[in-house]
Amino acid sequence: MEIRIKFAKYDTMKFISHLDVMRYFQKAIRRSGLDVAYTEGFNPHQIMSFAAPLGVGQTSESEYFDIELHTAPSMEELVERLNEVMADGMRILSAEILPPPVPQVKRETAMALVAASSYLVMKKDGYEEELSKEILEKKFEEFISQKSIPVIKKSKKTEAEIDLAEFIFEASAEGKTTEFSGVYENGCAFYMLLSAGSVNNIKPDTVMEAFYAFLGKEYNPYAYQVHRLETFADLSLRKVSQQEIARRIKEGSMPERKLVPLMEYHKY
Amino acid sequence: MRKLALSDEILMQVEKPARYIGNEVNMVVKNPADVDIRFCMCFPDVYEIGMSHLGIQILYDMFNKREDTYCERVYSPWMDMDKVLREKNIPLFALESQQPVKDFDFLGITLQYEMCYTNVLQILDLSQIPLKAAQRTEEHPIVIGGGPCSYNPEPLADFFDIFYIGEGETVYDQLLDAYKENKKNGGTRIQFLEKAAEIEGLYVPMFYDVAYNEDGTLASFEPNNTHAKRTIRKQVEMNLSDTFYPEKPLVPYVKAVQDRVVLEIQRGCIRGCRFCQAGMLYRPIRERDVEFLKERAVAMIKNTGHEEISLSSLSSSDYSQLHDLVYYLIDTFKKEGVNISLPSLRIDAFALDVMSKVQDIKKSSLTFAPEAGSQRLRNVINKGLSEENILTGAMSAFTSGWNKVKLYFMLGLPTETEDDIEQIAVLSDKIAREYYTIPKSERNGKVSITTSTSFFVPKPFTPFQWTRMAKQEEFIAKRKLLSAKLKEQLNNKSIKYNWHDAELTMLEGVFARGDRKLCDLLVTAYNNGCIFDSWSEHFKFDMWVKSFEECGLTMDFYNHREREEKELLPWDFIDAGVTKSFLWREYTKGQQEVVTPNCRKGCAGCGAKVFHGGVCYEPRNEAGESLIQA
Repeated sequence: MEIRIKFAKYDTMKFISHLDVMRYFQKAIRRSGLDVAYTEGFNPHQIMSFAAPLGVGQTSESEYFDIELHTAPSMEELVERLNEVMADGMRILSAEILPPPVPQVKRETAMALVAASSYLVMKKDGYEEELSKEILEKKFEEFISQKSIPVIKKSKKTEAEIDLAEFIFEASAEGKTTEFSGVYENGCAFYMLLSAGSVNNIKPDTVMEAFYAFLGKEYNPYAYQVHRLETFADLSLRKVSQQEIARRIKEGSMPERKLVPLMEYHKY
Repeated sequence: MRKLALSDEILMQVEKPARYIGNEVNMVVKNPADVDIRFCMCFPDVYEIGMSHLGIQILYDMFNKREDTYCERVYSPWMDMDKVLREKNIPLFALESQQPVKDFDFLGITLQYEMCYTNVLQILDLSQIPLKAAQRTEEHPIVIGGGPCSYNPEPLADFFDIFYIGEGETVYDQLLDAYKENKKNGGTRIQFLEKAAEIEGLYVPMFYDVAYNEDGTLASFEPNNTHAKRTIRKQVEMNLSDTFYPEKPLVPYVKAVQDRVVLEIQRGCIRGCRFCQAGMLYRPIRERDVEFLKERAVAMIKNTGHEEISLSSLSSSDYSQLHDLVYYLIDTFKKEGVNISLPSLRIDAFALDVMSKVQDIKKSSLTFAPEAGSQRLRNVINKGLSEENILTGAMSAFTSGWNKVKLYFMLGLPTETEDDIEQIAVLSDKIAREYYTIPKSERNGKVSITTSTSFFVPKPFTPFQWTRMAKQEEFIAKRKLLSAKLKEQLNNKSIKYNWHDAELTMLEGVFARGDRKLCDLLVTAYNNGCIFDSWSEHFKFDMWVKSFEECGLTMDFYNHREREEKELLPWDFIDAGVTKSFLWREYTKGQQEVVTPNCRKGCAGCGAKVFHGGVCYEPRNEAGESLIQA
């Protein structure tokens, strides 16, 4: 059976790379003694797939991976058993059994479902600038209320101008810190819900860079802590292929978004 | 929130920040305020190498079992971090508490290979601890060295307060108790070192004076403190089944070089290869009880979640309970997706059966280490592996489906001739020829032979400790000769040749048999920018050459002269069990191409019997052969 697991990665664990997190979970699951399924062959590995990777330095309370188990205890027990073997800075938040696969239909991986992510972008202490918290917040509200925010989006090979406004689904200057986000004394925290996934993945840093350009200043990425709050799937895109999504975006014929947290997706 | 020594901004700008944050799975957490002794254990190389070392895991577990002690760790900061720490004047810190190493009671540095010596200076320097023991005050940690290189500690004598000669399980408790006692009584650093000098196996270099002859050789080595012993006896753990062995080894986040559970099945070796330092130093061979190993294997896999377990020993095939152990591991772990790796296994029917169960034949290779190409030279070095052994082993593997072979040899062994070198090429080719005797329809594609050579470095406490090491240009000529001879072979297209760097070998030779004069050389080289010498991208041979010149020393003195039997060697004050007369006897026998049987075939009277255990006390038949056979 396939299980979706949600976890938080916080505190100093933010310095562990995505690749190392995957290796960490392979070992953690073996430590937990769960009845996990392995691939065949001389180098068996657990059948595991992760949703959107998190950049080094960022924290999160909505990381997801799917894993295949032969048999499973209750989800409460599974969460408890995994938490017994977690390092400080990693916590399993919940787990759900996914519905059995429909014959002939390829299951959508957690990765393929990702459509949006919400973030907290907190100013770190010790990076004061001449703009006060109040002015910075006011400016941020002004920045996000613009009709269009043209930016150059660079990938490894290409550079393209995009309108960031299309991909900022929500934003405000009144972000609320959480148990996992950490708290900074200066209290400045922005909230943003951004397009995510393999097609239009917008990083909070891209938004912040545009914001600082708007302020006429240079953005210092070390001055802010990015924390992922939730990762969403889009119900309106259920069973729609990535190519199809790309085509519809081009045409401007995307259906209205219906975002649900990744953990809820299979319940609809 | 855990407080780190470094800011996010620093950590985000270096490669692999996870090297510096600690918090690994199974890391020991204690409140430093609650302990009497703070011990920082160091492996002077980059994190991924240091975290792979079993010895530190054993000592980490052992020290932390003491309630009065908190043992933490530190590794060499990589070059990017080195730069930041210097620029910002941040003292090097331990991973656990993230607190400066200079505030600890002890800094223990393991010395696993000679080419880490400049990194030892980096650790001291970045920790803001004076490089030389003589300059340290009551505020500084006691710097203690251990590991195989401490069997000739002299090139590092000035930098260490104490060297621990032998296996760590034995007298550390005594040392820590003495430290606590001294601290409680308000004793000084020197008073503590005097107490340490009285403990078996501990060497306090500042309590000895050395004098040299005009030719640079050692004239005398004398204690200058009444507490210092004339000879230092190697410490050995005789009961390996009832001692410290971690059940919960640390599991790093960054992929370590050894990303697996390591099960040390025995210590020592019965073989007596004359070039091999480990084979002499760790005598006598002592096995761990097979039930102890099974139980630890299960516990360690459970507690680490590693996907692989590897047996560790100098020659696994000599472990008497190997079959029982290996089949148990396969039965227990195979279904749990745990791989089993078996290095240093002699290729025979058992090995092939096991390998076919644990590896993909198509991808894996057979490994032979004949070390020398001709039987004559193998007799000189006492390597009991015959051409027949190799060819039969290879052939039975080929018929079972293998087609990749790795061969390891050394160039520059004592008495080596051009013919011996040519025989390396001939043997490589013979193995390929064997393969092609199999009918084409039954072959598994082409055969692939990888022949690798390293350059021979004479080491202390081996029969070759007196021998002249070849010069760099001789090594290069030997390598070229072999290259040419390989090209002449029928199957040369199936043979790939790899070789080691000759420049690095020169320095290894110098430090292996060096004396105290090298301490200043090390400081000079370090100040000239030499660091991470075992990393080819950082190795600066020209700077080493320059440093030798500046210090008025030559590599020739250490490497390229034949030492006389009566020469006082810098490491003679250490009693490693194996006697100097045995080593000389073995050196002579080697030159006469006479083989010495292994410890289980007969006792050669090496001297290790003084430790009262291991193979020396196994029951024997009338012919003197041990009744315990693998």
